[in-house]
Amino acid sequence: MNNSLLVVLLATGVVYGTPLLFAALGELLAERSGVLNLGVEGMMLVGAAMGFWTVQRLHAGTGLSLAAAIGVAAVAGAAMATIHAFLVITLRASQIVSGLALTIFAGAAGLSSYLGNDLNLASNPAAHQFNAVFPSSMQNWPIVGPIVFGQNVLVYASWVCVVLVWLYLTRTRPGLNVRAVGESPAAADAMGIDVSAYRYAHTLAGGAFAGVAGATFTLAITPQWVDGITGGAGWIAIALVIFAFWRPELCLVGAYFFGALQALAPELQARNIHVGPTVLWTNALPYVMTVVVLVLVSASGARRRLGAPAALGVAYVREER
Amino acid sequence: MVVPAGSLVFAFFASGLVLLATGHDPLGSYRQIFDAAFVNTGALGQTIVSATPLAFTGLAAAAAFRMRLFNIGGEGQLYIGAITGAAAGLYFGGSGSSSAFAIAAMVVAGCAGGAAWALIPGVLRAFFKTNEIITSLMLNYVAGYLLTYLVFNTESYWRQTTGFNATVFPTGKPLPASAVWPEATVHVQGGIGLPLGAGIAVLAALVLWVLYRRTRFGFEVQVLGDSPRAARYAGMRTRRKILAVMAISGALAGLGGASQVGDFRHTLDADPNGMRKQYYGYAGIVVAALGRYNPLAVLLVAFLIGGLQNAGNTLQGADFPSGLVGVIQGLILFSALGGELLVRYRLRLVRRAETPAAAVEAA
Repeated sequence: MNNSLLVVLLATGVVYGTPLLFAALGELLAERSGVLNLGVEGMMLVGAAMGFWTVQRLHAGTGLSLAAAIGVAAVAGAAMATIHAFLVITLRASQIVSGLALTIFAGAAGLSSYLGNDLNLASNPAAHQFNAVFPSSMQNWPIVGPIVFGQNVLVYASWVCVVLVWLYLTRTRPGLNVRAVGESPAAADAMGIDVSAYRYAHTLAGGAFAGVAGATFTLAITPQWVDGITGGAGWIAIALVIFAFWRPELCLVGAYFFGALQALAPELQARNIHVGPTVLWTNALPYVMTVVVLVLVSASGARRRLGAPAALGVAYVREER
Repeated sequence: MVVPAGSLVFAFFASGLVLLATGHDPLGSYRQIFDAAFVNTGALGQTIVSATPLAFTGLAAAAAFRMRLFNIGGEGQLYIGAITGAAAGLYFGGSGSSSAFAIAAMVVAGCAGGAAWALIPGVLRAFFKTNEIITSLMLNYVAGYLLTYLVFNTESYWRQTTGFNATVFPTGKPLPASAVWPEATVHVQGGIGLPLGAGIAVLAALVLWVLYRRTRFGFEVQVLGDSPRAARYAGMRTRRKILAVMAISGALAGLGGASQVGDFRHTLDADPNGMRKQYYGYAGIVVAALGRYNPLAVLLVAFLIGGLQNAGNTLQGADFPSGLVGVIQGLILFSALGGELLVRYRLRLVRRAETPAAAVEAA
């Protein structure tokens, strides 16, 4: 039963979906405050490199090393986000061009590759890695075994993050303020909310999440360093936020769905199932579906109902209030 | 002129700090880059090879961004242009028609493919108000998977299916000799080639410049970019302009793809370490931004960034820090963005209101 296609897909969907989920939660926080950051891929890669570096260089126990690595990855991601934040919030530069610049600067042909080369990361596999938490007897339970109990700490941590982000945005004062900043910065400013500070904080938090997402690759999924290891996951994460209508709980569903799609092509091939050009449509589906969802979201009236922050991508200039 | 030059200087200064911090010698590395880009034997030729696609994608981005249409799908449009251009080359090159006809067919097919791909986000934007940034970006990946699929996962028209190599590693079918684009030789550095594509790029830049600076169409595009509302009140047709500009932008990027096939690779290159690793479409955005969306400036910037990219390719491995080129490119773009605002926002000295009453009056 645990070898049936659906169970295998769901189990691997959770594995591949976890970095997407972390990155999407971060991007969601930034976008809810009105800052679109297209640099997710770059921030993830730098987080992946720095997290991996920490594990290789820090001669400590497994738990401590991994915890430190996640911390370093988060800081590295946030540091990258700071550049974007400064350019788009303080200098009010174009969020699109700045985000792209961040991906070029930090991405597969930029800083992450530079660091990987300079810190000699590609020479060894990870000294420590995240393993499944529960005993193998539990992992063999039918259906829930591989899907729920076969996962590592990061997966469970991502669930906690979903709940926390949801609670934060719907049940706390600062969370409601962020939404005000993202919807109508002028009104938020009049209420006495510091628009810039909120935007900085959430862009940086977004970067930290992206850094952790990157480290999920190098410390759990494929515990090693290669250039461009995230393979475009950062862009899927951006798509995912739209796909999930800017809601954290839907990010979880979307992330596992996109994750399962990534596992679909090899799994169908292994079972000798061919449905047209399988490799093509399974790979392209997440992107095509995002386009479709985006069209639905942008259809008149739906945009409001579905939760796109009204001030997304727009710089706030107090003098023009 | 001050901003682009200033941002180049600042970017090299900042990446110098990165190099210093990681124990490299910045001046030595820059010397290496400069020599590999412009000085060494044959370096200029290689720089033109790198600059040609950047000129096309840079012009593509400039054409769209000028109207605030953020077509960041240049990468995918280039792939599709390469696919359609290669199809035309394989078909007409082998059919006994003249070389000039085959090449012209490739140019047209490349333009048409790129334009069609760009019109997907264009139509969605014009008719459904769908944000073209994300859709054009997503389509890059779809185009990338299509390219891979055509050569690696299926026995398509583009794939080499006979011969020893085809059984070992999938590659594209080689272009018939009559469909290979010619090049002129210039006697510098022991003779460097000037590919046909470079000539077409220069021509395209001139046409684009005239179109945007000297025609009603260009004027309306600029008004639409700077003030959409004013344009609407003046009765300009927004929808048509969006479609036209996206098509022009996509055609330019697609032309770059056809030039990749005809000028340089002579096959449909789907290798992840080949054409795709150069990220021409994304680098084109750097080129366009640094050229401030002026087609003629884009050519110059394409040459400079092409030099940088060429140096990155040539110096790979050895004792040259990999990834440095991307770092420098990113920093150039950051500083161009920051510099833009320094120009736009001048410091103004305004006398502070002495009393609250005066402040109210001043307001």
